Amino acid sequence: MSTFLHVENINVYYGAIHAIQGVSFDVNEGEIVTLIGANGAGKSTVLKTVSGLLRPKIGSITFAGEDITQTPPHKIVEKGLAHVPEGRRIFQQMTVEENLEMGAYTQPQSGITADLEMVFEQFPRLKERRRQIAGTLSGGEQQMLAMGRALMSHPKLLMLDEPSMGLAPILVEQIFEIIRTLHKSGTTILLVEQNAQMALSVADRAYVLETGEITLSGTGAELVKSDEIRKAYLGG
Amino acid sequence: MTFLNYLINGISLGSVYAIIALGYTMVYGIAKMLNFAHGDVIMVGAYISFIITSKMGLPAIVSVLAAVVVCTLLGIFIERLAYKPLRNATSLAVLITAIGVSYFLQNSALLIWGSDPKSFNSIVDFDSIKLFDGQLVITAEAIVTVCACIIIMIALTIFTGHTKMGKAMRAVSEDKGAAQLMGINVNSTISMTFAIGSALAAIAGVLLCSAYPTLLPTTGSMPGIKAFTAAVFGGIGSIPGAMIGGILLGVIEVFASAYISDKLSNAIVFGVLIIVLLVKPTGLLGRKINEKV
Repeated sequence: MSTFLHVENINVYYGAIHAIQGVSFDVNEGEIVTLIGANGAGKSTVLKTVSGLLRPKIGSITFAGEDITQTPPHKIVEKGLAHVPEGRRIFQQMTVEENLEMGAYTQPQSGITADLEMVFEQFPRLKERRRQIAGTLSGGEQQMLAMGRALMSHPKLLMLDEPSMGLAPILVEQIFEIIRTLHKSGTTILLVEQNAQMALSVADRAYVLETGEITLSGTGAELVKSDEIRKAYLGG
Repeated sequence: MTFLNYLINGISLGSVYAIIALGYTMVYGIAKMLNFAHGDVIMVGAYISFIITSKMGLPAIVSVLAAVVVCTLLGIFIERLAYKPLRNATSLAVLITAIGVSYFLQNSALLIWGSDPKSFNSIVDFDSIKLFDGQLVITAEAIVTVCACIIIMIALTIFTGHTKMGKAMRAVSEDKGAAQLMGINVNSTISMTFAIGSALAAIAGVLLCSAYPTLLPTTGSMPGIKAFTAAVFGGIGSIPGAMIGGILLGVIEVFASAYISDKLSNAIVFGVLIIVLLVKPTGLLGRKINEKV
């Protein structure tokens, strides 16, 4: 296994607020890595920095052997890094199919029909609703659309930010089942979750982020057993 | 019959407003800024067309194409130079800059072309259509203007609904961050929007001066403000809204000056705007913008 994503000592500021303080972590090819932590710990900020929406003041980010620290976000997508942002951020006023087409923006026009079928196979609900305005979908469907949209870019690394947020338990199960399937089919995944239990159950490795710093790391199985984690994130 | 004549004049004037309003509304939708220099791009387009037909004696169609090319480049140039550096600035800073650009264009025109009014030759050279023993006159300019407006509307609808670039524009207008995560280059999308808006301004300038042939460095400012009003009237950010807002505004203006008072017509136009905004703050076709946290 080779290091796919290497984040080295990044420091990110929101104005004067030092939001991320020297965070380093790795994601290896074929892994599911999760970043867990409480609300406000800086998990989303880390993902936004990796995908280029925010810039680190200090530190570097390497993806597939290339330094992407200063690469604009639309170029990072071309390199095979897709980010499903927090709150899904689907295009509410566009149809389901148009949303998926936007996901394929960096791809050649000729492959789009086949890729749409690939996503519809994964998410049959989206096929039923392909002509519907995306803003009218339910929360679970919107999450599926956001994931399907990211898959349209043929990502080598898929970053998911809180895919379970606001969903009913049965839908959370469904979303995690999809994450497992994607992983089996060879997609490397970086998962950010507040639902630590679920996240640790699918992850190969995990990092714990607390107020902008990584305080613990280990394999998913190790962290599930750790007393600290049990107390802080798994309800005893 | 005079009623019909006024109606046709109103629709024709309104079509010019609509074409200008499209530029305002598209730029607002995508860059979330009011480009108050938009009206002055109209004036530049009209001067370019004037020079090419009246000074150089070239055919009208060449002058229209030249005006479109110059204004497109001017629009891209203004955006790069004046607005792009302010991408993360407050909206007030951008607004003040836009007003500055507007004065810059007007005064540049004053320097280059002088303050004396130029008499613009209409780009249309076929005769007006006279119906009912000459009681109903449809001018050639009115026909060309309304046709241009319809063609532009259809072209823009196809562009935003069915092309990759057009869809990307809608994506950027909804959520810039998410659009970037799709691989869309937001900066070039904004440039493209300015290019389209400015090209439309050039066409509007030529059509406006064909119907109202006095050309001055300030020619674009009042129609610019009216078109901005039309865009707000129809619901800023909405393409069909700009179209309907523009045409309604033109019709109201012509009727108000014909039946009520010539001097009060502008006051009436803006009065109607205020009433519409009181009843429906988002404009006729505007959508409520849900603020996301």
